[in-house]
Amino acid sequence: MNPLPVLVGKAVRVASRLRGGGSAFPGLVVERLDPRFMGRALSTVPHGVVVVSGTNGKTTTTKMVVELLEGQGLTVFTNRTGSNFTRGVAAALLGEVDWRGRLKADVAVLELDEAHAVHFVKLVPPRYSLLLNVLRDQLDRFGEIDATTRLLERIALATTGTVVLNREDPRVAGLASSITTAEVAYFGLDASLRSTFPNDDELRGEAGTAPASALPADVVLRSVDGNSAEFEVDGTTTRTDLRLRGVYNIFNAAAALAAARAVLGRSADTSRLFASLAAVEPAFGRGESLVVDGQALELVLVKNPSGFRLGLKSFDPAGCATMIAINDNYADGRDMSWLWDVDFDSLGLGGVDVVSGVRAYDMALRLKYDDVRVGAVEPDIVDALKQFIRGSEGRPKRIFCTYTAMLAVRRELSKITKVEVVS
Amino acid sequence: MSDAPSASALTEAPADPAKGSLRILQLYPREMNIYGDYGNVLVLKQRLAWRGYGAEILEHNAGDPFPDDVDLVIGGGGQDSGQIVIQDDLQAIAPTLRRLAEDGTPMLLICGLYQLFGNVFRTHDGTEIPGIGVLDLETRGGAERLIGNVVATSEEFGEIHGYENHSGQTYLGDGLKPLATVIKGAGNNAEEKHEGARYKNIVASYLHGSLLPKNPAIADFLLRTAAERKFGEFQDDGVDDTLAELARQHAGARPR
Repeated sequence: MNPLPVLVGKAVRVASRLRGGGSAFPGLVVERLDPRFMGRALSTVPHGVVVVSGTNGKTTTTKMVVELLEGQGLTVFTNRTGSNFTRGVAAALLGEVDWRGRLKADVAVLELDEAHAVHFVKLVPPRYSLLLNVLRDQLDRFGEIDATTRLLERIALATTGTVVLNREDPRVAGLASSITTAEVAYFGLDASLRSTFPNDDELRGEAGTAPASALPADVVLRSVDGNSAEFEVDGTTTRTDLRLRGVYNIFNAAAALAAARAVLGRSADTSRLFASLAAVEPAFGRGESLVVDGQALELVLVKNPSGFRLGLKSFDPAGCATMIAINDNYADGRDMSWLWDVDFDSLGLGGVDVVSGVRAYDMALRLKYDDVRVGAVEPDIVDALKQFIRGSEGRPKRIFCTYTAMLAVRRELSKITKVEVVS
Repeated sequence: MSDAPSASALTEAPADPAKGSLRILQLYPREMNIYGDYGNVLVLKQRLAWRGYGAEILEHNAGDPFPDDVDLVIGGGGQDSGQIVIQDDLQAIAPTLRRLAEDGTPMLLICGLYQLFGNVFRTHDGTEIPGIGVLDLETRGGAERLIGNVVATSEEFGEIHGYENHSGQTYLGDGLKPLATVIKGAGNNAEEKHEGARYKNIVASYLHGSLLPKNPAIADFLLRTAAERKFGEFQDDGVDDTLAELARQHAGARPR
């Protein structure tokens, strides 16, 4: 084996870090010099590779799986920088491998965007995959929800050990019928919680939710009460307090538990799994809480209708100042019609203080049709944020924002409070 | 797909319809709703309410009896799988839809149902899916999707702003007028720079979901036509469309 590509890649990584540049570029360099680098580095990991994919919740769920496995004493490799493309994985690997390209980890847990995951699994068949959901999102990239389902199917078919599926999402649960070689495990919800998580068919349907699934689930989320939740594992129900906020994150915890149990098998220490879960902090922009002027400021990332709905449902607007920032860059999705699949009635009482982003007027128009009062519309995020903070003195604050709007909000907030800025 | 029994549901009782109420029928909201099509219904309902009219929102899903006294019909886009599910039912109600269309009932048909109101859809692999022939047009499945922001212009409605995402390429028959001429984007197909179709009181378009919010002129054409047919007049004190105008300006400045 020629160690040169690895060394060149590492050098590029150091150089681009010093320059403060993009995190995936070194990955591109090593991919070009040595296309088999990634597969070789990952093939030696004793517990194999876990791929996490789906429309919503990848980042938080991946973080949870990593911390659950670390809590069991495993050394875990992951693509922590949030670069969920193949190239990002290669870049993250460069930081961790020795000069011969060997990775010192017991298991790799990787968050992969649906389309890139298909490319990745051709290079590196995962031992485990965790498939969360298929919801309308970025249809301008993938075309149709059913096309996205087929992408997840290819991940499932490439998996050699266990595929962990969301029992409550009919498109995801339906993948089980085409899986022949791998084992299948499910995570699920108590029937009483099902209406909180509409699947895509139920998003617009007025008929209510489909009957509860009869599929046996390895982990079931039984109840949620604020930040406390009950999970059923092996017939035993355990209550635990969580630092994660938002019901959707807590359902992702059930997914992460099921995936960790698949990796650990009989060696799983269940009480330690719950101890690790209780300590997980929210990931970047996923219900993080910052402090501005002595008041909590929450950032809620919204990318698609179901995520926005769950975000609105998870955080009580009473007494809270609200800002919404909607951009339409490639990473946000260019099509604005998704805003019309979200109900904003819950904001009707307090209104929205400031609406911002490139598509501020699309958002303001949407709110007008739900009779939600809007204080100000300011497309420039820097100006909008100043106006918002000035106008909401003494009140806790909440900002719903799309991905690139969140980057801009964080950059600006970092000037006045402690924020981790991710480039 | 849901197997739940379906009924033509009355989801919205008329809210103090001082001036009367319009019956708006949504075609296949369960299957054909992919890109925020509900937004079009909401816009019609609210623009009626702001003027003191009521709206009864009716739904027709596969297997439902077709409701009586429909004043306005609205149909959205779906996935290929959704189009297969509604196929038989659409053929069954086709005579009624044809009669309503010829009679001058206003209709808004977006994307998938726009295609199926035509003569035929020839898919990429050569399969022919029959349409219901209300509009003299045919659609051919293409290898690539036409995706992105669209600005088009029509004498009747002015500039039309929207977003397209379709693989079918639609060609109009000689007698059928397009809705608009494309300034930015593709529209019906990759060659002709035409967008949508305009026939009797039907507006058909590839600009999905959020067509009506940013194009209030089309919304008001549909409402005015329906109200005049039913009540003989449309009492219009006007609606403040400042936000829609600003949203149009900002959308028009975005890249394809």
